[in-house]
Amino acid sequence: MTILVIAEHDHTAIKGGTLNAIAAAQKIGGDIHVLVAGHNAAPAAQAAAQIAGVAKVLHADAPHLAGHTAENLAALVVSVAGGYDCIMAAATGFGKNVSPRIAALLDVAQVSEIVEVVAPDTFVRPIYAGNGLATVQAKDAKKVITVRATGFDAVAATGGSAAVESVAATPDTGLSNVTGQELSKSDRPELTAARIVVSGGRGVGNAENFHKLLEPLAAKLNAALGASRAAVDAGFVPNDYQVGQTGKIVAPDLYIAVGISGAIQHLAGMKDSKVIVAINKDADAPIFQIADYGLVADLFEAVPALIAELG
Amino acid sequence: MKILVPVKRVVDYNVKVRIKPDGSGVDIANVKMSMNPFDEIAVEEAIRLREKGIATEVVAVSCGIAACQETLRNALALGADRAILVETDAELQPLAVAKLLKALVDKEAPRLVILGKQAIDDDANQTGQMLAGLLGWAQATSASKVEIAAADAAEMTVKREIDGGLETMQVKLPAIITTDLRLNEPRYATLPNIMKAKKKPLDTVKPDALGVDVTPRLATLKVAEPAKRRGGGKVADVQELVAKLRNEAKVI
Ligand SMILES: Cc1cc2nc3c(=O)[nH]c(=O)nc-3n(C[C@H](O)[C@H](O)[C@H](O)COP(=O)(O)OP(=O)(O)OC[C@H]3O[C@@H](n4cnc5c(N)ncnc54)[C@H](O)[C@@H]3O)c2cc1C
Repeated sequence: MTILVIAEHDHTAIKGGTLNAIAAAQKIGGDIHVLVAGHNAAPAAQAAAQIAGVAKVLHADAPHLAGHTAENLAALVVSVAGGYDCIMAAATGFGKNVSPRIAALLDVAQVSEIVEVVAPDTFVRPIYAGNGLATVQAKDAKKVITVRATGFDAVAATGGSAAVESVAATPDTGLSNVTGQELSKSDRPELTAARIVVSGGRGVGNAENFHKLLEPLAAKLNAALGASRAAVDAGFVPNDYQVGQTGKIVAPDLYIAVGISGAIQHLAGMKDSKVIVAINKDADAPIFQIADYGLVADLFEAVPALIAELG
Repeated sequence: MKILVPVKRVVDYNVKVRIKPDGSGVDIANVKMSMNPFDEIAVEEAIRLREKGIATEVVAVSCGIAACQETLRNALALGADRAILVETDAELQPLAVAKLLKALVDKEAPRLVILGKQAIDDDANQTGQMLAGLLGWAQATSASKVEIAAADAAEMTVKREIDGGLETMQVKLPAIITTDLRLNEPRYATLPNIMKAKKKPLDTVKPDALGVDVTPRLATLKVAEPAKRRGGGKVADVQELVAKLRNEAKVI
């Protein structure tokens, strides 16, 4: 078995989710190769070569690979796919965008967001916002799989010494172009990688409260900031803060939900956290049913008190 | 330009589903079914493009059992012009749906297909990207803003939600768009429009007639309930909370 993991990177470093995807590849077993496609991404290719358990790095370099567009990346992956039994990526925005296109071009099914490897062709994946866990067997000879990071402990980013091999870029499809990015800047740790997450919901009221109340709490705990869909839709915080079925999936050691009711779509993104704290003034809010430590209180009093108590 | 909008009939998002005790799947008998919420956003976007004079016709498509006609009537009530049901009792997986849609695109020749980014039942997030791949078209997934300057435009500008924020893309037409939550707020169907929708054309075809083999490529061996969390614990105040987090849970 030879497995190709498509690396997600910013041309310098490899993104965390790729390390979890490689961990899943190890569970399947076999030689693991990593593809780094980009433009002037040699540092990222070098970083990929250091990852524990990687046998070989394929490095493709071309200006039209800089934007990681699905059209150009899928064409490239298909050009090397002949040598692989399995093609994997992290189930991040990047992986979800490109992987199904690859699967369709190869005429195979994709197994989305696996959380467990049962056998090399059999996987567990959540359905219905995590309310069911389906065990599915992929019958195609070649498999295309995306990996939910929370299901697999990341492999070490260092310790390996794989060879880096250049592969030819496929021609520019000319179908799409990335012309701009508005990335939210934050001093806080990255949401999907943080050990502690502080999340705010509609109850927080507005952007200013979010800023005044939750940022200091997150700073005190060195936590990442997250939010419910309602808080994002209302413009309290940018879209990339959304935790849930259709946002980010997190499983930190500690998740603190502030002014969040606990809709199933939100729970889908955080219910595998080790410890859950809920602060809500409504004692009947569904979030309390899954919280280890529920505090029925007005968040405008409880959060400043909590910051003070943390010292 | 013509726009094709695929819509899926799924368990309503407010329903907490039950797993069948024999582990064979999710119990959807007597459960409220609705249009996948992301597909409502897709229908809305298509209608807005028609109202702006960019689109000439909005065709709603659904693949599945006869009851998907209700979902199509709903799309027609929201403003779609006509509907096509690809009717089959077979289990349909995303690759099969993408192939059925490709066959319809070949017949109908739309310049835009707008789909939901994921269906809230299988949570696969695949069909739009697969269709784009099969057609060799551009894809703009998780769109939160779509700008098309004119009916005969050669390209469009799409803002997409990505993990770090937002990304703007120039995308050649014809193309695929998949919708994210913040693309628009779908309208409600009014009673007169629900009545009118009953008279709009709804055609039915079979996968065979489209020359598509829909045999599933994934076998579902079982569906289990996730481990239940033992929640429900309460603390009296922040002092107790911090003490418990420090000494009992040891997470801070
Ligand atoms: C297709 C689809 C996808 C979705 N995807 C997601 C997703 O990925 N993530 C997500 O989060 N949601 C998602 N949702 C939305 C979800 O259904 C809920 O609407 C949303 O999670 C509610 O957010 P909330 O808990 O912040 O708001 P609300 O449900 O309005 O809850 C606010 C809470 O704040 C409490 N509160 C108010 N004031 C105070 C105060 N002063 N002190 C303490 N507590 C207070 C209230 O008691 C209430 O419990 C999705 C919905 C759909 C249809």
